[in-house]
Amino acid sequence: MLRRYLVRRLLVAVPSLLIASAIVFTLPRLIPGDAVQLMLAETSYAKDIDELRAKLGLDRPFHVQYVEWLGRAARGDLGESLWTRRPVAQELAQRLPVTAELALYATIIALLIAVPVGVVAAARQDSMSDYVVRSLAILGLSVPGFWLATLLIVLPAIWWGWRPVTGFVDFRADPLGHVVQILLPAVILGVASAAALMRLTRGMLLEVLRQDYVRTAWAKGLAERAVVLKHGLRNAVIPVITLLGTQLPQILGGTVVIETIFGLPGVSRFLFDAINQRDYPVIQGVNLLVVGTIVLVNLAVDALYAVLDPRIRY
Amino acid sequence: MSATTSATLPLNSAGSAPALARRRGPVAWLLAVARFARQKPLGAIGGVIVVGMLAMAVFAEHIAPYRFDETIRGARMKPPSAAHWLGTDNLSRDMWSRIVYGARESITVGFATIALAIAVATAIGVSSAYFGGLWDLAVQRVVDAWLSFPYLVVILSVMAVLGPGRLNLIIAVAIIAAATNSRVIRGATLGVMQSQFVEAARAIGCGHTRIIVRHLLPNVTATIIILATIGLGAVILAESALSFLGFGVPPPHPSWGAMLSGSGRTYMLRAPWMAIWPGVAISLAVFGFNMLGDALRDVLDPRLRGAR
Repeated sequence: MLRRYLVRRLLVAVPSLLIASAIVFTLPRLIPGDAVQLMLAETSYAKDIDELRAKLGLDRPFHVQYVEWLGRAARGDLGESLWTRRPVAQELAQRLPVTAELALYATIIALLIAVPVGVVAAARQDSMSDYVVRSLAILGLSVPGFWLATLLIVLPAIWWGWRPVTGFVDFRADPLGHVVQILLPAVILGVASAAALMRLTRGMLLEVLRQDYVRTAWAKGLAERAVVLKHGLRNAVIPVITLLGTQLPQILGGTVVIETIFGLPGVSRFLFDAINQRDYPVIQGVNLLVVGTIVLVNLAVDALYAVLDPRIRY
Repeated sequence: MSATTSATLPLNSAGSAPALARRRGPVAWLLAVARFARQKPLGAIGGVIVVGMLAMAVFAEHIAPYRFDETIRGARMKPPSAAHWLGTDNLSRDMWSRIVYGARESITVGFATIALAIAVATAIGVSSAYFGGLWDLAVQRVVDAWLSFPYLVVILSVMAVLGPGRLNLIIAVAIIAAATNSRVIRGATLGVMQSQFVEAARAIGCGHTRIIVRHLLPNVTATIIILATIGLGAVILAESALSFLGFGVPPPHPSWGAMLSGSGRTYMLRAPWMAIWPGVAISLAVFGFNMLGDALRDVLDPRLRGAR
């Protein structure tokens, strides 16, 4: 049953993916002036420009370029970067682990903060701790990640003379140094997501705690711990998992700024540089990868429902 | 009689007249604000921050001791003092004055963006819900696709197309905000469409325009106000992130995000106040709008809880 549902769900996602791919393909082409003009000096001959355009396939009709690009992308060929002259897929494979690691740590940190804090806020509704936690959550949503990053670099440097490592530390070369380097940016990304997750955990748990069976659990004389965590939290956690799926674009968006500030060689920084250099194949490749990942993660989230909640049958 | 009136006000005119009378006049307004502050203290704090920021934006010339681009002789990178409350920057400009003028930039960009976003979102959301069918299906699939991108990635890509600048920034951020908000407005409109007064309006032969303008729109106004208030915080945050990345308001106009990027980061170890105060200003402003929006949502439309 689950398999049939997943196949159906995947089929529904296809039109959205196709529209997204069309957006991915069209956007960079709307940039005034094309990459060829940037790549060749102003003094180049018109003949050279035309030759390069023909070589890159930029002189053919738009829809022909799109269909060809889509066909190649489906086979894993995302073209060649106009600047590094290396296959985009290869470049992405090299940078993806950094961004994936950052996003994974950020998600774990967000959950580690959000769920316990949300549970405490809900269990002690309208108490002082609830007010403090809720205000901190809104503050977490309000503080810009790039400012937090700047502060976390500036303040330790002023107070203790400690500076973050410049240059990327590879995991194979120095595992501990690598984790320490990734951890700080991950915490910054995690805090913003934690705020949204915490608010939802609190809200959903409050709703569940008002149900009849929770009253029964109290009446049976169960300990608060058992009522809140076993009866309450397990039933409140599904929307939180959904939001986790929708937080992924948020976290990935945040990596653009964070990777730039911390000098991490991830996919998002690659995209930022590509936008500045009008490197179409890279912009398209990164966007396609990001959208594809988001669709797949949301599919996985849907599948996870059935595991978490036996009432859900597909 | 307008069907909307019958749907939003009590039918018993004898009972509703004193209630209406009680709601009029400045004293009644003050009472309503006091009641809101008592019920939602956090929202009231947000409201105070928002009013303070609006005052800074409107009366910047009177509040700021210097102009935003005025250089002060012999005051390069001075730490905060009685003469310069928040210190001075690397071009000898007063930081407090720049923060005050920066409020004007943030408010202008924020309000313009959210106005554009809400207008587009309302057009998409209401028409999608009202006409339904193929139009709804097509529009929603495009919105789906649009929403599956990380917002900063789309905005950056759009900014790369349009080029940096205030107007382009407003358009780029509004496109994203419109897609998100259109979903909520569509949902609210679908809810209103189930009401009997819409059915009645149809039955007596009202045209599409009349039903939308007179019956649907007034009933989704609360939703729109809440979305706009909460959205303002997010928009200010997006604007500052883009200005930080160099795609925002061009210098010498002081944008809080831009103040944090170039010289703010270059000199952050020698003059940390240059990197600290703009961030405090952004956080406070967004915090204020979020707090106020949250409280307004609870008071005006509890159904929207968890909509963000």
